[in-house]
Parts: sequence; C-alpha cells; structure tokens
Amino acid sequence: MNHLPLIIQREYLTKVRNKSFLIMTVLSPLIFIALITVVVYLSQMNNNKQRIISVLDDSGMLTEVFKDTDNTKYNLLTGLTLDNAKTIVEEKGDYGLLHINKLENFENAATSVQFYSEESPSLSVISSLENKIEKELTNLNMASQGVDIEMIKASKIKVNIAQENFSGVKSSKIDSVVKLAFGGAAGYLLFMFIIIYGNMIMRSVIEEKTSRIIEVIISSVKPVQLMLGKIIGTSLAGVTQFIIWIILGGVLLTVVSAIFGIDFAQAQTPQQELMRQAMANPDANMKVQSLFTAFYNLPLTNLVIAFLLFFISGYLLYSSLYAAIGAAVDNETDTQQFMLPILMPLILAVYVGMFTVIEDPHGTVSTIFSFIPFTSPVVMLMRIPFGVPIWQQVVSLLLLIGTFMFTVWFAAKIYRVGILMYGKKPTYKELIKWIRY
Amino acid sequence: MNNLLEVHQVSKKFGDFTALNNVSITVPKGSIFGLLGPNGAGKTTLIRVINQITMPDSGHVLLDGEALKNHHVKDIGYLPEERGLYKSMKVGEQALYLAQLKGMQKAEAKKRLKMWFERLEIGDWWNKKIQELSKGMAQKIQFVVTVLHEPKLLIFDEPFSGFDPINANLIKDEILRLRDEGATVIFSTHRMESVEELCDQIALIHKSNKVLDGNLMDIKRQYKSNTFQIGINPNNDNLEQELASKFSVTPAEFKTLEDDLKLNIKLSNNESANDLLSYLTSKGQISHFVEVIPSANDIFIQTVKNN
Repeated sequence: MNHLPLIIQREYLTKVRNKSFLIMTVLSPLIFIALITVVVYLSQMNNNKQRIISVLDDSGMLTEVFKDTDNTKYNLLTGLTLDNAKTIVEEKGDYGLLHINKLENFENAATSVQFYSEESPSLSVISSLENKIEKELTNLNMASQGVDIEMIKASKIKVNIAQENFSGVKSSKIDSVVKLAFGGAAGYLLFMFIIIYGNMIMRSVIEEKTSRIIEVIISSVKPVQLMLGKIIGTSLAGVTQFIIWIILGGVLLTVVSAIFGIDFAQAQTPQQELMRQAMANPDANMKVQSLFTAFYNLPLTNLVIAFLLFFISGYLLYSSLYAAIGAAVDNETDTQQFMLPILMPLILAVYVGMFTVIEDPHGTVSTIFSFIPFTSPVVMLMRIPFGVPIWQQVVSLLLLIGTFMFTVWFAAKIYRVGILMYGKKPTYKELIKWIRY
Repeated sequence: MNNLLEVHQVSKKFGDFTALNNVSITVPKGSIFGLLGPNGAGKTTLIRVINQITMPDSGHVLLDGEALKNHHVKDIGYLPEERGLYKSMKVGEQALYLAQLKGMQKAEAKKRLKMWFERLEIGDWWNKKIQELSKGMAQKIQFVVTVLHEPKLLIFDEPFSGFDPINANLIKDEILRLRDEGATVIFSTHRMESVEELCDQIALIHKSNKVLDGNLMDIKRQYKSNTFQIGINPNNDNLEQELASKFSVTPAEFKTLEDDLKLNIKLSNNESANDLLSYLTSKGQISHFVEVIPSANDIFIQTVKNN
C-alpha cells in the first residue's frame, strides 16, 4: 500500500495551517521590508545632511578647487591665523577646518595639509578632500615643470578589454557581476532552505516521538515512507512559503517605495559602488542593455536544469540527515551534538563559494569542492553561471545522487530504530550499532 | 484453519541483547489471548514483530495461514503501550487520517467513525484538538482508531491504563463485543484480574523465552495442588492435631461468621475431595469447603520465580 501521497498531504497541511508558520509567512517580508526601509531612509537622511567645511588656505593655490555640492558647502576663510580660525569654526559648529600650509615647494606638500574637527571625520570626506587636493597640486606641479595639462588630458586613452571565449561567446566585466549574483543567490538560497526546513523536519520528527504517536503510525506504514513523506511534505510547505515571501516582498517593496518615495536602487552601499565601477559604461541606457546581454549570456537552460537537480538532491541529502537526528533524540536540546557535523560542510561550502569561486571559478579548490557531495550542491550552483563543462556537472550530480541515496538509506536505518527509542541520549557509537539492528 | 495467528520460533537480537529467543505462540480464532510477562521480558518486541515494525532475525509469522506481508497491516489493529495522537490535529481529521493509513476509503471511514463516536457518546469532539481533551478522552479516541477498520486481529497493550473504572468497563465490554463479532484479541497486561476476567488463552514470556502457554483453565488444572480450603466448627478440641497427623495442613485466611477452625488441606494424589469431605462431616459442623484454584497471579509469580 502506498501511503506516501496521504502522508505528504498531512505533513503539508499541518505545516501550512500551523499558526506560527502563518505568522512567519506574513510577518517575515514585512519585517524585512521595514528594516530595509529604515536603513535606506536613514542613510539617505545622512547623505542629505549638509556639511560645512571651512577652508584656510595659506598657500593660496587651492581656492578654486573647493566647489559647493549638494552635501558639502565650503567656507573659505581668509586673513586669519590658524588658532583664530580654529576658534571660529568650533564656535560656528562647522563640520571641520581644512588647513593648507604655505607651500615653499611641491616636495613637502604631502605633509602640509591638516584637518581639524570636533569628531573624527568620515573616511569618505577625507578621501574626497585628499583626491581634490592631490589632483590640483599634481596639475600645478606639472604646469610648473612646463607640462601642458591640456595635452595630457587630450592624449588620455581608455581601454575596455572585450572578453570572448574560444567558442565565440562574448562577455564583459558586467557579465561576471551578473554571474556572481546568480550563482551566489542560488547557492545561498539552497543554504537557507536547508537550514530552515531541515530544522522544521527535525522538529516534526521529534514531535511525533514526544507525542508517542509514532508506534501507531508505523504499525500502518513503513518508516522509510513516513520519513520521505515528511521530507517532501515539509519541503512543499517550504516552497509555498518561499513563493509567498517573494510575491509579498515584491508587492510590499513596490508599495513602500511608491509611498515613501524611497528609491531602493539609489541606496548606496559599498558593494554597489564596486559594481558601478565594474560597469565602466557611463551611459545609463547602455548599462541596462549590457545587463540584459549579460543575462542572456548566462547558460540559462543549463542553469535552470542544474539548479533544480542540484537543489533537490542537495536538499534531500541534508534533510534526510535532519530527519535521522530528529529520530535519534527525544528533545530539541539533545540535537546540538549531531548538528555540528551537518552544519560544518554546509558552512564550508558557502565560504568556499563566497571567496574561492568569486576569485577563480575554475580553480583547483572550487573544482574539488564542487565534486565533494556535501559541498557540491552549493559550490556547483555558484560555479555553473561561469560555464562548467557538462561532464563535470554530470559527474558531480551522479556523486551527489549516490551519496544522497546512501544518506537516505542510512537515515532510514537510524530513523527506523530511533523513533522507538526513548530516554537515553544516544552516542555516535550506538547510532552505528543501530544500523545493524 | 483454527489458528488466526501462528508465531514460529521467532528470535530477535539487538546487538548483544537477546529480546526474543525461539518464541512460538498460536492464537486460536475468536479467542482472547493474554500475553503475559514481567517488564522487559520481550512482549513488546513480539508484538512489534507481529505488526511488522521489527523484523525477526529468524522464525516466521503466519496470519490466517499466510506469511506476513505488507497488506496485512489492514488486518491488524494495534494499540501500543506507548501511545499518543498528534496534539494539534483535530479529532475527526486525525481519526480519518489514521483510518486511511490502514487502507480505508475516506467516506467509509467517516461513516464508521460517526457511528463509533455516537456509540461512545463523543460525537461533539469531532472538531476539537487533541490537546483540548483529557487523557482519558484521548484514550477513547485512540481505542476507536485502533478498531475502526474492523481488523481480524486486535492487539491491545495495557488497554485500560488511563481509564477510570467506568470507562475501563465500557472498553472491556467493547472488546468482548468485538470478540463476539469475530475478532481475535491479543491482550498484553500486568493486571491479572483482567486476565482472569477476559482471557481464554495465555502465554507467559520471561527473559526472552516463552515459559508457559495454553488454555487458561488447562493451566490452572495443571497448577492446582489438590488443596482444599475448609472451615469447620470442630466437635472436639484436638481436631487440628488429628488432621495434621493425617494430611498436610496449613492455616488458612478467610472471613467466616463464626469463630471456625480455618485450614488449607493438601491431599495426596490418591485421596479425593469426597474422602476428605466425608471424613470431616463426622468431625464437626462444616461452614466452608472449596478447592483452591491457583489464580493467574499465583501462576505468574510461581512460574517467573521458578525460572
């Protein structure tokens, strides 16, 4: 008798109807959006605040450099001693005082600029000031040596290396960014999914044990069937939750940005700054266009198929272990000692993905980890956007499926014995013994 | 085929621990079979083997003459000692789910459930969650779920625990009724008075071995020691010495209206009750004469001690 659909249905409905599940489903995107809104709003407020910087230029060379912007206003002081200027600026409550010494020659220019302020100034302010002064002084220096600045400017050449692989697929720096985003998102999604819903499976196994219904159930169905039903039912509930999150999150994001006029795309983070630099193309239209090309340059069919296969087998691999842990213990506090061996490879995989794959997607480390079954789902998913030979994907997937069948078998053994064991917290040695029961 | 269940030389080891050692039992159709034994004797393992929860290392089990297969789960109703229900599920939904796992169609299960709920007067619990019910109430649901699919073989492990006397009686009557309707019942318990009351057949398992089995009355006959309990108002004062010289005599304890002489008299094999009785009638006024029949409790304790 095949009761799998019935078990899946029950597990799914129980999870989906559960109050805390419902609350989490609705609340998570709300909290998430609220957090983003607050962060973006605050950083925008921060950016919009006007800073007044007083400048005391004893050299008289740099007066032209400081032009007011939206955020920063420069207040040029003249005819004051440094001490007087400091007092005035402090009393006025300006952001700070920039002091440029009298310059005898350009050699000691490096040490002749100071910035005085109440609090330590922000890094970006200092570096922007340094930038301005350096540029101007360099120009002046060159001019004083008889170099024609205009000529230098005119003779500047910009190079944008066009990348193309041997089979003729063009790519650019922006491609790498897009690939990284896709790979990272896929790997990270799997990681989150395993942790959230693996735990949910584990808890639901423990619940069956503590409510002592387990023996009633397994007098009707095989433990393996119950375990698989549980894993599949919980995963479907997880997929439902994820989809609701995405839809709800998208709608909320649109609504919030429409109401508060917060442009999330304008939110500036250091990473985005880097991305912007990577997209060296200044034209906005061109940017969007190259984004699209980058998107179409991705091995999309391969990506989607590989995503589904690696996601499902990777998830089953881990969730069967979660189920086994749930069966082995009586309550959640006892799970700790068994969780570590599960989390270690998972975290390792994410780190390898985040650091090594970004650096060198086809390097030795990335390649090896994309074959080891416990790390391969995450690492391979991150690698695939960069183009992984099909044979590698197939071998890795076969290894993964083999291991997954082994862990399901192993977990089912533990599960079968564990669900009927009460009282004592088992040791690893006892778990191994259970296999032979 | 008169036996519904035959267990042939089943052995099961867990690591170094032997849970069952060559245990065989036969359960006749329509009987109530008491599976007895001290804690940890192996009863639960045997029941789990019958339920295909645990696979035996050796030996085999026949149900209705057929080796146990997957489809037999629908022929067995099992109420484990460690039992429970999903706490956050509604009563009706849960009962339907468990019935479907036993292979029943949903509509049929619903119909029968309604009938059972009405009979046990628990109809208004349908939409309640288990966690809202008391332990005894949950036990009732559990009982209904166990018998709902009308299995040929019912296995109850301590079925009366958690019930008050009224409900225990109700459940006992239901078990008897199910037996009369053709079900065979295996009954595992420590409560010897319910064994006396219900069981036709028993098997006693001790330290993984079956040490005793058969018809309860036959076993009692086997264990009786030809001992009679008498109460007599003697004609002369030295009757006790006189009896002691002729038979093996021990003092007895029971309630009488008069201050009678109370004795247990054990007869040798060639002496009959009638001989004793006719001898006693001449010695005084007899108020009490009864054969001592060993109780299931006595047999249990004696057998376990001797092994």
